[in-house]
Amino acid sequence: MISIRNVSKYYGDFKVLSQCSAEVNKGEVVVVCGPSGSGKSTLIKCVNALEPFQEGDIVVAGVSLHDSKTDLTHLRARVGMVFQHFELFPQMTVLDNLCLAQVKVLQRSRAEAEEKGMRLLDRVGLRDHALKYPGQISGGQQQRVAISRALCMDPICMLFDEPTSALDPEMINEVLDVMVELAKEGMTMMCVTHEMGFARRVADRVIFMDQGQIVEDRPSADFFSAPQSERAVQFLSRLLSR
Amino acid sequence: MTGLDFNHLLSLLPALQSGMAMTARITLIAIVVGILWGTLLAVARLSPVRAIAWLATSYVNLFRSVPLVMVILWFFLIVPQLVHALFGNAVEDIRFTSALVAFSLFEAAYYSEIMRAGILSVPRGQFDAGLALGFTRRQTLRLIILPQAFRNMLPLLLTQAIILFQDTSLVYVIGLSDFFGTSYKLGDRDGLLVEMLLMAGAVYFLISFLASQLVARLHKKRIR
Repeated sequence: MISIRNVSKYYGDFKVLSQCSAEVNKGEVVVVCGPSGSGKSTLIKCVNALEPFQEGDIVVAGVSLHDSKTDLTHLRARVGMVFQHFELFPQMTVLDNLCLAQVKVLQRSRAEAEEKGMRLLDRVGLRDHALKYPGQISGGQQQRVAISRALCMDPICMLFDEPTSALDPEMINEVLDVMVELAKEGMTMMCVTHEMGFARRVADRVIFMDQGQIVEDRPSADFFSAPQSERAVQFLSRLLSR
Repeated sequence: MTGLDFNHLLSLLPALQSGMAMTARITLIAIVVGILWGTLLAVARLSPVRAIAWLATSYVNLFRSVPLVMVILWFFLIVPQLVHALFGNAVEDIRFTSALVAFSLFEAAYYSEIMRAGILSVPRGQFDAGLALGFTRRQTLRLIILPQAFRNMLPLLLTQAIILFQDTSLVYVIGLSDFFGTSYKLGDRDGLLVEMLLMAGAVYFLISFLASQLVARLHKKRIR
């Protein structure tokens, strides 16, 4: 589904990503972790071409990002993305947030879009908040809305960029529960997260990154029981001692 | 000074009213065109295409570096000649049109600075979120970024509108009868120049002061 092939990215002389290669197969849940500044957010943003990269290629559902004929806008419409800071549109109600792209990008009728939106809000337990503005609901609720907004587009896979990092601790679980449920339904997911509990429960594989490189890419059970690299051992012990 | 008695002022009211109507027309049209054109300039200045950004920046710098009164005169003196040279037909009274064009183009430079700050005040993540949902860059700007930029900058846009309202008095240089021009002419005719100019000043002050109070109140309400 997602194939990352020898991707390198530079900011001027600084190499943010160095020869990264990884595969995410259909139905797989892959967690990307690593210390801050390791390039994991940059990598996931490269997957739907929000960040350009200079070398290598990424192929999503058979479509190459570096092929000049590729319609990146069309590709992004099929890939769902959830951001660290939710990025709901503050000037619109929750329901309008869910409907806008359905109507303008997928050309659905307003009624169809609303029905779909309400169904997904129902699923994350926020039906009653449909007519509120993002500023009127909690961070955890906003992130659940953001996930619903991405799901409204019937994505072929979902990208999560630190979806719980900006949340108060007591709100993290309500978001993770939604993500776990999604994983169990067979959604293809690539998640940048520090939530190792989530990784243990649902991830098929863990990709560990440090200093722009993919250091480990292994089944999650193996990664947690016996990380191979010194850096991963340090990273995990730091997380546990927090 | 003979003094301006109330009955005399009342008799001048119709003329003053039509002067104020002229002022209002220029102000409103220049606000609308200035904001639209200014927004386009702001978007162009932030364009990744260097040439477009450079052209827009040059435009803004040019208009911000010359006095408004000169721009008004240019459009009054040069544009008709240009039209005449190009199309050969005699030009009728273009004072109003040339004033509108001058104000709109001039104010757009200032509005574009405000809108540029407004666009930059919207977090980068909002742009990414728009793109991630499958919107084009243009759709993302129009549907997501500009409404927020506009909302964030509303107090500044209104303040600029008040300045514009005061600046319209400069059309006297091309003999257009706006509120100020009308007051001046009537005062000159009746030997009441000082009184009429004081009266006109008071009216400009009152309208501008009340409007800026409203803006301040609006601003306070939004911050809360």
